[in-house]
Amino acid sequence: MRLGAAIAKGVKLLVGIVVAILWRRPRERAERLPEIESPTLEREVTGGAGATLTVVAMLVAAALALAGFTVLYIVLPDTQALGLTIGLGLVLLGVALAVAGKAVVPQEQAESDYHDFGDELERTAIEHEVRESGEGVTRRGLLLAAGGAAAAAGGAAVIVPLASLGPNPPSPPFSTPWGPGRKVVDAEGTAITADEIEEGSMVLGFPDGVEDKSVFGASILVVRLPVAELELPPGREAGAPEGILAFSRICPHAGCAISMYRHPVFAPTAPGPALVCPCHYSTFDPRRGGALEFGPAGRPLPQLPLRLDERRELEAAGDFYEMVGPSYGGVRQDVPGDAS
Amino acid sequence: MSRGRRRFWIVASVLLGLAAIVSAVAADHPATAAPGASAEAPPADSVIVQQGRRLFEQGCSDCHGFDAKGIAGVAPDLHGVGAISADFYLRTGRMPLDDPHDEPLRSDSPYDQGEIAALVAYVGSLGGPGVPPAIDTAGADVARGQELFTENCAGCHQVVGQGGIMPGAVAPDLRASTPLDVAEAVDVGPYVMPTFKRLTDDDVADIAAYVTYTHDPEDRGGWGIGHIGPIPEGMVAWLLAGAALLIAIRLIGERTTR
Amino acid sequence: MPAMSALDERLGVSPGARKLMRYVFPDHWSFMLGEVALYSFVVLVLTGIFLTFFYVPSDATTVYQGSYDPLVGASMGEQFRSVLHISFDVPAGLLMRQTHHWAANVFIVAIVLHALRILLTGAYRKPRELNYWIGVTMVGLALLEGFLGYSLGDDLLSGMGLVIAYSVALAIPFLGEYLTFLVWGGEYPGTTDFWPRLEIAHALIIPVVIAGLIGLHLVQIMRQHHTQFAGGGGSEKKVVGTPTWPGYALRSLGLFAIVAGLLFLLGGLVQINPIWEWGPYETWLSTNGAQPDWYLGWLIGGLRLMPPLELQVGGYTVVPTPFWGGLLFPTIVFGILYAWPFIGRRFFDGPGKHNVLDRPRDNPTRTGAVLALTAWVFTIFAAGAADRLYFRTFIPYEAQVWFFRGMAFVLPVIVFFVARRLARELQRRETHPLRGTSARIVRRTETGGFERARASPEEG
Repeated sequence: MRLGAAIAKGVKLLVGIVVAILWRRPRERAERLPEIESPTLEREVTGGAGATLTVVAMLVAAALALAGFTVLYIVLPDTQALGLTIGLGLVLLGVALAVAGKAVVPQEQAESDYHDFGDELERTAIEHEVRESGEGVTRRGLLLAAGGAAAAAGGAAVIVPLASLGPNPPSPPFSTPWGPGRKVVDAEGTAITADEIEEGSMVLGFPDGVEDKSVFGASILVVRLPVAELELPPGREAGAPEGILAFSRICPHAGCAISMYRHPVFAPTAPGPALVCPCHYSTFDPRRGGALEFGPAGRPLPQLPLRLDERRELEAAGDFYEMVGPSYGGVRQDVPGDAS
Repeated sequence: MSRGRRRFWIVASVLLGLAAIVSAVAADHPATAAPGASAEAPPADSVIVQQGRRLFEQGCSDCHGFDAKGIAGVAPDLHGVGAISADFYLRTGRMPLDDPHDEPLRSDSPYDQGEIAALVAYVGSLGGPGVPPAIDTAGADVARGQELFTENCAGCHQVVGQGGIMPGAVAPDLRASTPLDVAEAVDVGPYVMPTFKRLTDDDVADIAAYVTYTHDPEDRGGWGIGHIGPIPEGMVAWLLAGAALLIAIRLIGERTTR
Repeated sequence: MPAMSALDERLGVSPGARKLMRYVFPDHWSFMLGEVALYSFVVLVLTGIFLTFFYVPSDATTVYQGSYDPLVGASMGEQFRSVLHISFDVPAGLLMRQTHHWAANVFIVAIVLHALRILLTGAYRKPRELNYWIGVTMVGLALLEGFLGYSLGDDLLSGMGLVIAYSVALAIPFLGEYLTFLVWGGEYPGTTDFWPRLEIAHALIIPVVIAGLIGLHLVQIMRQHHTQFAGGGGSEKKVVGTPTWPGYALRSLGLFAIVAGLLFLLGGLVQINPIWEWGPYETWLSTNGAQPDWYLGWLIGGLRLMPPLELQVGGYTVVPTPFWGGLLFPTIVFGILYAWPFIGRRFFDGPGKHNVLDRPRDNPTRTGAVLALTAWVFTIFAAGAADRLYFRTFIPYEAQVWFFRGMAFVLPVIVFFVARRLARELQRRETHPLRGTSARIVRRTETGGFERARASPEEG
């Protein structure tokens, strides 16, 4: 009981202080104050004790929550607990301020003039000044031309160093480490044999002995399909030994990794084999050498010709039939990449 | 109901009862007995295979043919697919299908455990790989599992196993997938999923451990909102934060009316 | 107030301060949308500064040894590791990171709502076109800034976003190759120079430009004063509202604290971009269901909806497909936004200065046009998430793509006519007398638009 009374007394004192601070009326708005641009239209002194008490209560709660944040930070910096304390503290503080702004301080309406900009006299004066500044100047054309040349050359000199940012793109811009005899290995560098590629399996492959696997022209996908089902573009049969096909892992649309392979267990009741990009769902048909079946890609998925060595390990028989990587202005549609 | 028909049902019920007992016994030692034991296919004339054959003829033969040799254009021949395939499709409720053109998806199986064991035994007796032994993920490396999963599985199943689509098919989420499901699916390549036979047993165990981890990943940041990234995040930004802020400015934004 | 006099005697600040204190804020809740954006930006700057102390802009390969067990031993770039470090080993780091990310998402929500308010009420009209264009520029910068921040982590999602951005930039006819080689320092995924560039752009250049534009935005508002709705006692000549001091300042500061509090609550309680669950990116990796942050959803929609139209000449590609959806589409949208004051003047706003705003119903043609543009962008935005829709509904993806392609053309037209009709209906049914002093007569112009007849007494 005594404690309750003490708390009540304390709260009253606190309220008193806050009210005293907030309610301190401006000392005599005397006539000698300079004129204000936005005169008051109406003014209502609201500061009721109820609203003030609410504000005080919320400020105290905010202070507790925010202090809790500091304590927790030292004792137990758990993300959820930290977020809860600082978040709640700030929201309480915000509500307190908003209530104070709406129900404690005087509510005022004022008006202000919209300026009507545009001063014709001043503009005329400026024109006059400008005209005057050219008085007695001869060879204006020459001056202007020379000035223009200096400005243009200066502007170019400012911009030119930006070229240091990167090299000129070679042609074609994307390198590929593949070429005749380059072994196909897995992520760990182990050679992949033809017998490990069964119909329906999908294997991620890389060029052997290449440091940088991350360029567009490096990673490939290896699948196997029945030779009888293949309808490869003319001249590509040799690049698909036993029906084993390799394609660039990089979508020619927007460069994402082709990581979906759709291969039906039972063809009559399921969609046919396809390589699909998960970004925009470009769908390529491996049986037709990566021709587009659906989606936004503008070119087929580049195919890499394969051959088997004497140990039946996979190796490239050349470079990709098409250029790898996303399309760029100037990319050839249907011609093999430079096999250099 | 004809007399013959009734007799059939009586026999079937007895067999089902037997199967229930068998499965109850089997279920007592699931870790040791159930998956491992079926690796060795029971002889073709054993009780369980006969029971499975009976169930097959009732429930599966419409599509797969009376002797499981398949029906052209409807459903595949099951000779040689092995117990592993039957176990995966039946245990996860992907079979039986209402319509053979539907995509088989995880559902509640109409068969009980004993019936599934019998069907698996029957299909297993037609040849092909057995059910793999139990996958032990205790010593598996989750980090390596995540790496392998991202390389091989995330393209379709999403990196936290929330599933996804491709034109023509759904790649199911893996929220209910057990390590055994993972191991079987990797070998079987159900529906349009490819197979991954280059993965070693250790690889598969790591992947299975990662899939198990994704069932309850470490959401250090709080509420996980589905583990699919920006779509639910955008919804929270608009529907939760946006709405809350609209309410706030509606309340703060105007002077209290006189 | 000794501090005040000390400052005033040295710098003469009191007239300016008084002017600021007496600046008049017209009362309408929708005028606070811009403030929500501003305060989100402040939270972004503060949390962002914290994050810069820990982020490492390097793609050097490292092996993770931090306290997140499931990735211990995984090889990754330094930048990814540093974000894991912030998330798991820096006290309050994850809170700051998540709050930063939520603030970015909410920042752009507020910007979009603010922009819609400006467009629907005609606040962009003379004399405020300049400020409107600054605003549109800030929308573009905010999108870019958000994308760069999303990219910094080099996690699986952001890497996929970055390669798409690369491909879209590459698709700029004739310039693409040069531009991408400049920005990335070479062919994708770029040289070691790229990551510091990304960080400097995200943490210094663009925020400074945005902050400068915000300053300009506010100075112009101060100079021209807020617009206002009719009915508050103001007119085309006079603005009426609450002066800054004390009421409005307290309310606005309160809003700041509420915005910040809400963002911290989200940052602490709702997980955003858990990169440890996505894992590090490599060019050969991708995941299903990858999405950019919501505010770039309209671009992935554009990329997905575009049929494979590659403009070719003699077997050579001139314009690759990502150009249409990823670049031409946003260029058109921003072109329309920049041209909006001219479009308005020609078709539905008429000439002349305006300080008093229209309610959406007051100018049905404009309202129809704004909502039609919104519907167009929103349809394509929705198409960007159609794959998750398919996952839930089993409507074939191809069918959805065709549906959205059709809707992108049909919906804006429908929305235009429905919204215009609705606005007219609302106008007609308005039974209560028009509030305030500026009574209005709306007259149909020759071009089919509407203009307000200059009939009210104060407007002379």
